[in-house]
Amino acid sequence: MRQARPGGQAAADRALRHPAAKPLLFALCLLPLAWLVYAAAFDRLGANPAEALIRSMGDWTLRLLCLTLAVTPLRLAARLPALARFRRMLGVYTFFYAALHLLCYAWFDMGLDGGEIARDVAKRPFILVGMCGFVLLLVLAATSFNRAMRWLGGRRWQRLHRSVYLVAGLALLHFFWMRAGKNDFAEVAVYAAILAALLLARPWLRRGRNLES
Amino acid sequence: MLIHTHDNGFDHRRASEITPRAVYEQRRALLRLMAGGAAGALLASWAGRQALAQQVQPPGRLAALPGARSAVAGAVTMEKPTDYKDATGYNNFYEFGTDKSDPARNAHTLKTRPWTVEVEGLVNKPRRFDIDELLRLSPMEERIYRLRCVEGWSMVIPWVGYSLAELIRRVEPQGSAKYVEFVTLADKATMPYVGSRILDWPYTEGLRMDEAMHPLTLLAFGMYGEVLPNQNGAPVRIVVPWKYGFKSAKSIVRIRFTEKEPATAWNKAARNEYGFYSNVNPGVDHPRWSQATERRIGEDGLFARKRKTLLFNGYEAQVGQLYAGMDLKKFY
Repeated sequence: MRQARPGGQAAADRALRHPAAKPLLFALCLLPLAWLVYAAAFDRLGANPAEALIRSMGDWTLRLLCLTLAVTPLRLAARLPALARFRRMLGVYTFFYAALHLLCYAWFDMGLDGGEIARDVAKRPFILVGMCGFVLLLVLAATSFNRAMRWLGGRRWQRLHRSVYLVAGLALLHFFWMRAGKNDFAEVAVYAAILAALLLARPWLRRGRNLES
Repeated sequence: MLIHTHDNGFDHRRASEITPRAVYEQRRALLRLMAGGAAGALLASWAGRQALAQQVQPPGRLAALPGARSAVAGAVTMEKPTDYKDATGYNNFYEFGTDKSDPARNAHTLKTRPWTVEVEGLVNKPRRFDIDELLRLSPMEERIYRLRCVEGWSMVIPWVGYSLAELIRRVEPQGSAKYVEFVTLADKATMPYVGSRILDWPYTEGLRMDEAMHPLTLLAFGMYGEVLPNQNGAPVRIVVPWKYGFKSAKSIVRIRFTEKEPATAWNKAARNEYGFYSNVNPGVDHPRWSQATERRIGEDGLFARKRKTLLFNGYEAQVGQLYAGMDLKKFY
């Protein structure tokens, strides 16, 4: 892992700093939404389109959350500082898909009925946990701007944004409880393993970096 | 050329030749009757067209299994049958996977011949039936039932089969038989999820004797005018239209008559969530979600409000008396 390949690494880092890199990622992150809108319009979502949309939005929230949390470990492991440029966009997209997930649920399942949603939150712990995760994500998205960062101050901002791990825990619990009805945890286990690996990789990678520097 | 008679049509000489007034006045009534009959005939053809519109066209995928329109009260709903594609591509059959698209993908491995159903327990004539024997046991009927899944979605499915009571009568249950247990196939070789810890295999279900004897309780061999596709429980299953879908066990290999309430697969997996009765009831929520509404697959648009779920799935008139005096919140 520590076999440095400065040539390749420098080229990769340069590519990541290309002016087109960010717009490209922006477009890539929109692809799942584009596909789902197309599929919904042309009846490609199977027998229960509402359920398919709600679940797909949830799946993409989890995937983007994993990608967001993978940025720093990957940056340290691959020694590609330029990767940091993409973290905020991935984080905001995580929030974007979470918001769509919530919107689909509120609209298709609850008919945008506030009272009904409130009763559902009270009745179902997994909905409550999902809502908590969403509120936290909302706070993080709202403080993702440079101005908010300056206003909070670097240290406080960082402490606040570490709660993304709490979001990850809530999202996992939400998914776990949802699948608990079918006693089917295979997919939950995959996400749990990825998130745990990313979380555990951090101190280990940081220690490596500190020893090096 | 001219034939002369004494009768000029008006001048009747003999009294016996005159039609009595009371009789000739009946002509009007007769005409009225004929007019009514003609209208009735028109109505009959209209009704026939309506019935034809409701007649399900076999999709031409599997062997035909026609059934005569059932005469059982409540057995033919006039609601639009769900598309064959949805009814066979979106369902639960955990032996083949937990996703609702899994059964259609994985159930091709199921071997439905040879197939026997062992009928045993508290009956005078216990015996093993070959599937071909069961197919001939009683005339096939087509029944169009609403199906309400405990998950909150519903379909309308044209089943082919006959009342389970037909089979039960032939094996002569003893007085002590209070319940019927259905045991389904659990074959690790052909069913990839048997052996997983999702449920306690084999999947079993049960009914109270009076529920099992109710004419609406169907022993089904086909749907949409054809034999059952594997993923829908071939070659033989039960369909209990007033209960949540999971009560209708698929691919049955054993029917056992017992005195004690049999254990059922979902009740064993989550006792507080899935009761023995599991009658469709908008007033009794699942502990984790409301049962007040449902989404009709293939009909209710994305932005349509979900439709209201009916008590006993709309079969209250037929089955309500089975539960007279029972606390349906307690016996959920």
